[in-house]
Amino acid sequence: MPLSPDEIQRLARLARLAVSPEEGEAVRAQLNRVLGLIDEMRAVDTAGVEPMSHAVASAPGAGQRLRADEVTEPDRHAEYQALAPAVERGLYLVPKVIE
Amino acid sequence: MLNSTLSELAGALARRSISSVELTRLCLERIARLNGALNAFITVDAERSLREAGAADERRAAGRAGSLTGIPLAHKDIYCTRGMLTTCGSRMLANFVSPYDAHVVERFAAAGTVLLGKTNMDEFAMGSSNETSHFGPAKNPWDTARVPGGSSGGSAAAVAARLAPAATGTDTGGSIRQPAAFTGVCGLKPTYGVVSRYGLIAFASSLDQGGPIAKSAEDLALLMNVMGGHDARDSTSLERAAEDYTRELKAPLAGLRIGLPREYFGAGIAPAVLARVREAIAWFEARGARLVELELPNSRLAVPVYYVIAPAEASSNLSRFDGVRYGHRTRDYADLADMYCRTRAEGFGAEVKRRILIGTYVLSHGYYDAYYLQAQKVRRLIARDFAEAFGRCELIMGPTAPSTAFALGANRDDPVQMYLNDIFTIPAPLAGLPALSIPCGFDAAGLPVGLQLTGNHFTEARLLGAAHRYQQETDWHRRVPAATPL
Amino acid sequence: MSWEIVVGIETHAQLATRSKIFSGAATAFGAAPNTQASAVDIALPGVLPVLNGAAVECAIRFGLAVGGTINRRSVFARKNYFYPDLPKGYQISQYERPVVAGGSITLAGGDLQKVVRLTRAHLEEDAGKSLHEDFHGMTGIDLNRAGTPLLEIVSEPELRSAAEAAAYARAMHALVRWIGICDGNMQEGSFRCDANVSVRRAGDPLLGTRCEIKNLNSFRFLEQAIAYEARRQIEILEGGGRIEQETRLFDPERNETRSMRSKEEAHDYRYFPDPDLLPLVLSEAQIERIRGTLPELPEAMRARFVRDYGLSEQDARTLTADRALAEYFEAVANAAKDRKAAANWVMGEVLARLNVADATADQSKVKPPDVAALINLVADGSINLGTAKKLFDERWNAPRALDISVHDEVVVRDLGQLSDASVVARLVDEVLAANPKSVAEFRAGKDKALNALVGQVMKASRGKANPAQVNDLLRRKLQG
Repeated sequence: MPLSPDEIQRLARLARLAVSPEEGEAVRAQLNRVLGLIDEMRAVDTAGVEPMSHAVASAPGAGQRLRADEVTEPDRHAEYQALAPAVERGLYLVPKVIE
Repeated sequence: MLNSTLSELAGALARRSISSVELTRLCLERIARLNGALNAFITVDAERSLREAGAADERRAAGRAGSLTGIPLAHKDIYCTRGMLTTCGSRMLANFVSPYDAHVVERFAAAGTVLLGKTNMDEFAMGSSNETSHFGPAKNPWDTARVPGGSSGGSAAAVAARLAPAATGTDTGGSIRQPAAFTGVCGLKPTYGVVSRYGLIAFASSLDQGGPIAKSAEDLALLMNVMGGHDARDSTSLERAAEDYTRELKAPLAGLRIGLPREYFGAGIAPAVLARVREAIAWFEARGARLVELELPNSRLAVPVYYVIAPAEASSNLSRFDGVRYGHRTRDYADLADMYCRTRAEGFGAEVKRRILIGTYVLSHGYYDAYYLQAQKVRRLIARDFAEAFGRCELIMGPTAPSTAFALGANRDDPVQMYLNDIFTIPAPLAGLPALSIPCGFDAAGLPVGLQLTGNHFTEARLLGAAHRYQQETDWHRRVPAATPL
Repeated sequence: MSWEIVVGIETHAQLATRSKIFSGAATAFGAAPNTQASAVDIALPGVLPVLNGAAVECAIRFGLAVGGTINRRSVFARKNYFYPDLPKGYQISQYERPVVAGGSITLAGGDLQKVVRLTRAHLEEDAGKSLHEDFHGMTGIDLNRAGTPLLEIVSEPELRSAAEAAAYARAMHALVRWIGICDGNMQEGSFRCDANVSVRRAGDPLLGTRCEIKNLNSFRFLEQAIAYEARRQIEILEGGGRIEQETRLFDPERNETRSMRSKEEAHDYRYFPDPDLLPLVLSEAQIERIRGTLPELPEAMRARFVRDYGLSEQDARTLTADRALAEYFEAVANAAKDRKAAANWVMGEVLARLNVADATADQSKVKPPDVAALINLVADGSINLGTAKKLFDERWNAPRALDISVHDEVVVRDLGQLSDASVVARLVDEVLAANPKSVAEFRAGKDKALNALVGQVMKASRGKANPAQVNDLLRRKLQG
């Protein structure tokens, strides 16, 4: 089912991407083309198939490696905050958050 | 010297017939002369390169040189490099100077290689032509009106034009192999988990894998000896004993079973590509390899599956670019939501936005099962096809891409046509398998054709061995584009 | 027709690890802004999460303690939403497969005796903090807390009153501290509760529309907020209105809940398995090793106190309210000759002072052997109870722990009980002679006058006489 202009705006809001109504039409046409491509896999019978979320070729049953509970990271906030658009008194500044 | 392989360069450095500073200067001069036309590099820092080359020469003088000490190379601009711009080809990170080094960057620094600079790429590695780069497309040295492929197009173009002896790349759906094929160089995508992703800016985490781009299979093996290996900072990095990727370079071809999937030789492939690939396969057969006809019935679904999984992961991975802690922030905004939306709309290019929107859609409420979960299941079917195939052969051969390099702008308005370019490179990363591309001839327009070798997990050394044998008796990989003469 | 209140609680317990759940940054409270926010915590491009084994161990301890199922395979998922205190734009949590499923906790106290089932408990990372004080109309973001390990514990909607909900929260708070996975500090946000509240007509099998109340950082607030919210919902329904499903914030100053500025759209978190983290696979051996390190749990200990020490249910419950107190009591009881006295001392002298000082039993300056010694000295008549309490008080208030044992102190300071009956008799005679007024009053029927006389004798003995003996002797002399 092709995406409607409203759906494009809903996705844009979810993804925090400003998409103007003018851009929206072009984006919609292209997304619908891509979804048309994707549709090919939707009809495949996958009953009983375990989803594959990782491509790690480890021994069956192997799982997440665990880290020792040690503090290894020094304070580097000055260096990190040199990258930030707006900082004051060690805090990152953003437009007012309203709850 | 500029057309020498890494082992030849390493030999020259070891014999002191050239110093690292001299070699680095040669590369820098060539970059200064040719990069304007090729746009292969986003960042070059000659001073830093020469400083590192000087340190490498001192290290050699002190008797502490390793096999690649003093060799200049380039990193794709997706690898974080401390103190140097790391843009990922995006306006979002146009001013981002990483405060840390990627694992791969650390490894090469420890080996004493010299960093020439950072290579151009499709924005956030999303593209097959290098045209989505915020810094303009890199050009194909064989024909600068054509694309070098992508996303690691800058690295491939740099190696093809002999601006750098070797370079790193990353491959998510073909981003190392397709540009290698388009530019007549060699590129390896290792088994998922062999090269640490730490410091590699994520596109699609379950598919992304770093790998080398170089002039020969032997060079790829030497680079893999540095890049590969366990890293505790990446939870998907495999804990395996270090391996020597050169160990099978001399392995005989006799008895090798080469699988030929029917799907890789069907319609839609340029005749010249098909012809060169068949000639290469015949070469292997003539040296004792056995050809095995195969089917990979689900591989036709690889592109659709990839365009669900990769955008889904990307939509989440790219959420961190919000204009708060680093990167671009819009100048004017009404409130927080507006700041986010404008920052991201300005910072990301059209293809990245498209993929974020698709990824958001396939994960969203009501669509997850039909798209994302279904894609993960079909992904399993694709992986199973390979598992069965590798019961009957040691490696699979076919074309790397259905065509040779296409013209700049050819697929600009049709993302789907662009996506279909990766039809042969997408299956291997979906299954986590290693695959490489080597040059196997040219089409009538003089554009290189790539041969792809895909192996079972952890069989990089075998793939490299087979490719090396081929390169012992052919010289496609030694050819240099006429536009960039030595 | 009456209304039934239905409450389920979601608890976020901050796990007592040194480093964060996915990075090696410190978790200590109160550091200067962003000094404990590492590259992973601020989500620099290219960084990756690596799971802290201690956080996993905490989750397993909890699962075993509540008798839940430890899932041998659980999965970390990404919960996607944009917020400035969420640096990656997603929170790593567990969604479809949590590490702990099921389990239960017993509420007991007063008339209440109830088993509350748990839905699940899962590992996740905390977000940072937004500081709303004025930065030229901007908000400041501190990411020190980002990536702190949390165990989110979800109860079934089985609580039926504000008081029950508060009892549940208290029991959960005691349990997580008991098994050592959370320091329980509510002021610092180490233990936070959200309540899902709905109401329905008694007997209605269907649940009403619920509201989630956030910002409940004390048990009192939790109880007040639920009581308020239930009243609010009942009023709306009785007025013919409908309940809007929403998130509400409790305002303790006004003692009411208010709607959080409603989001412009419904959340769509787009959960999916985190490709950066493999499934968490736990072996039987790992789980059994952790089981072996679990302390005796409060329910078991309470039953044992009743059985082994002859305590009442109520006393056993008081003494097992927290693990430090229970261990303190047990140490006293095992060294004291009189177990009933041990319970009385710990619940009386010790607990009263701990409550005033807002301290836990392991922080008590008077250690269990000293309390046992005091009890034993009273029991064998070496000192009287008043002396014992005075000694306890002195020790409690001493600037630092005394080196001298209770026993030696009694000898050195000559505080032993006067045992010579003739000396006591002489003191009694002297006091009677010196206080004719009190004597007269007693004889006139004012029983209270006797207390004054006992006090005088005790004073004359410098507190060393046995008060019971003095009382006896006085009575005999006055009536004789």
